[in-house]
Amino acid sequence: MALSGVEIFKLLPKTNCKKCGHPTCLAFAMKLAQRQATLDLCPDVSEEAKKKLGEASAPPIRPITLGAGDKAVKMGEETVLFRHDKKFVNPCAFAIEVKDTQSEADIESVCAQVMHSEIDRVGQKLRIDAIVITNESGDAGKLETAAKTVAAKAAGVAVIINTTNAQAAEAAVKLFAGSHPVVYGANASNLDAMASVAKAHKAILGIAASGLEELSELTEKAKGLGVEDIVMDSGARKAKEIIEHNTLIRRAAIKKGFKPLGYPVINFIQRGDSMHEALVASVCVAKYSSIVVLSSIEKWKSVALFALRQNIYTDPQVPMQVEQKIYKIGEPKADSPFFITTNFSLTYFIVSGEIENSKVPCRLAVMDSEGLSVLTAWAAGKFTATKIAQFINDSGIDQEVSAKELIIPGYVAILSGAIEEKLPGWKITVGPREANAIPAFLKARG
Amino acid sequence: MAFTPPKESYAGKVYTVTMGTGERAATIGGESVLPFHSFEGGTPNRPLVALEIQDVPPADWPENVRKVYDGVSDDPVKWAKHCQDDLKARAIALRLVGTHPDRENRSVEDAVKTAKDVLAAVSIPVIILGSNHAEKDTAVLVAVAEAAKDKNCIIGKAQEANYKTIAAAAMANNHKLIAMSELDINLSKQLNILITQMGFDKEKLITDPMCSALGYGLEYTYSVMERIRLAALTQNDQTMQQPMLGDVGMYVWKVKETQAAEADMPQWGAAEERGILWEAETATALLVAGAELLIMRHPKAVAAVDSVIEELV
Ligand code: SF4
Repeated sequence: MALSGVEIFKLLPKTNCKKCGHPTCLAFAMKLAQRQATLDLCPDVSEEAKKKLGEASAPPIRPITLGAGDKAVKMGEETVLFRHDKKFVNPCAFAIEVKDTQSEADIESVCAQVMHSEIDRVGQKLRIDAIVITNESGDAGKLETAAKTVAAKAAGVAVIINTTNAQAAEAAVKLFAGSHPVVYGANASNLDAMASVAKAHKAILGIAASGLEELSELTEKAKGLGVEDIVMDSGARKAKEIIEHNTLIRRAAIKKGFKPLGYPVINFIQRGDSMHEALVASVCVAKYSSIVVLSSIEKWKSVALFALRQNIYTDPQVPMQVEQKIYKIGEPKADSPFFITTNFSLTYFIVSGEIENSKVPCRLAVMDSEGLSVLTAWAAGKFTATKIAQFINDSGIDQEVSAKELIIPGYVAILSGAIEEKLPGWKITVGPREANAIPAFLKARG
Repeated sequence: MAFTPPKESYAGKVYTVTMGTGERAATIGGESVLPFHSFEGGTPNRPLVALEIQDVPPADWPENVRKVYDGVSDDPVKWAKHCQDDLKARAIALRLVGTHPDRENRSVEDAVKTAKDVLAAVSIPVIILGSNHAEKDTAVLVAVAEAAKDKNCIIGKAQEANYKTIAAAAMANNHKLIAMSELDINLSKQLNILITQMGFDKEKLITDPMCSALGYGLEYTYSVMERIRLAALTQNDQTMQQPMLGDVGMYVWKVKETQAAEADMPQWGAAEERGILWEAETATALLVAGAELLIMRHPKAVAAVDSVIEELV
């Protein structure tokens, strides 16, 4: 469990020599407790202190990297139960299952879907992160053949080999040397063999338990066998159980410092109904899953899951306001349309998104309205004709534009006359009320 | 190290709210634990989804959800009966959007007639919503609350600008009331306090911390809901123990992911499924955050949400 600053201080040399860059050992101890410094900065710390602090300062959920290269996925490292407390750190991976009973063509087509799954959303590249290869046939040769297809057709994508047969696992995992796959399927009866496969091939061991008690016993045993990187399946399959198990695991790891459950969680949630599966996946995204295994990845489904993952893993400390300034969308020319709106971040995202959507280069003036939406800001007297006029005058934008036309939100149509009075030489145009009408509005202007 | 499940118990509890009358009355809330945490305490009622209908045809709804109601949406009574009888809705939400001065600007009398007709036509609980025009809503909702006296409706939404008259009308006519504020736990708490200071029963309120759509600020609604629920349970804060509403449909069916054709956005896949999932997934996330009451538009999205609720309880 994490140590307090004072507890850490007791383990330091207490010479206040400042070699760590801090005025005193106590100041350094406080930084360590807040995880804002690392112990290696102190050259004089004793071996014993290092060991104690090392164990205590290990993150409550072990950081593990799935896969390798530019498509590698970081997991673990979470420190809180609720996203408003602190940013959730590592977004969960979405994995698609193929079975070794499927035809080669079918497996190839799933690989192609994964390779083409990447989309760009609000500046982030999002994709299906991993492929699970399930040894449905029970036959080692078939698993190896399926794994070969995946290795060839989905090169670079992280892989999870799903079998309870250690020999089959070994044959398949060899194909992914150096790329940190998961060997999933370790249980009470095959743990030794599976653990040695994982160790020999530097793979992550996937433990399949039934219930949290058995799960913690198995991770402890695996650790005893020298396995460091583990992902855990508690056996939960129903959404209700997933919430229960994932919550208890996260609490045990973070609040109790219970090391045996301090690893990332994998949830298998394949369902016959794809829409239903997407909703169960949504529960997993919100509730602490690190790998979510799906049975299909239609584009309409992936885009919705990507959006939710992005929402949940957004930094809650980032204020809901955007900076007051005139934003360029595309490459506007002197006569491109010029909009104004308030600086509530949602308003900004929606308006700028719709302008982008229209593919018409524009300028968008975002005025500081203390983070209120257009209607609220207007009602609160923060988005008034006087303030708008002053903002436009101060911005110096009239040097940059030739048209001197300002498009205001439809909700404040009432202001157009007053703004025109206060901004001589400007034409005020009333734009749409809702942002989603902007593309049509711009199209109609030609 | 032996594992002991770190279960938690809470000091507070969410109020139980019943809406409607007779056999079809519905009850939400009552849980003493975080959403779907039945492993550590009581969750007596499951969340409820109400289908949204309007007093005017849904010309502003995107094609993929508008077409579902072709043939019934020209008449709120037909629309309401269709939801109850064919779609098996457990509740409906009648949004009097046509009363908005910038829309059809329907009169208070027209709104009253629509509400009365709809109430006479169905036996499931009815949520009656204004057009979100603070001033007009005052007149419309006061009259509608009176016309619906003793039907135990949910009237909404009372906001900081207009709560006094609307809350008084809901109180005088035995309705439940939605109190809405904009994405801020303190504003939400403050509005609840103001309304209860008028003598309005705190156990007849529903909190709407304001919805937002998946991909467009859903995380704000999600976290405000989580924080409200944690305050209710862990701090036993009686001003925050009301069930929560997610007014999902109207936010979701505005965003481009629920409208863009596959031809224009091939990387987003099939438009119809995408729209339905966008609504259902927004709803599911809010259920996990603590919403007990949802207002939604697409019947297939409602069916999907009902099936995930079935798996969660
Ligand atoms: S370097 Fe070590 S001994 Fe010196 S002040 Fe820092 S913590 Fe203390």
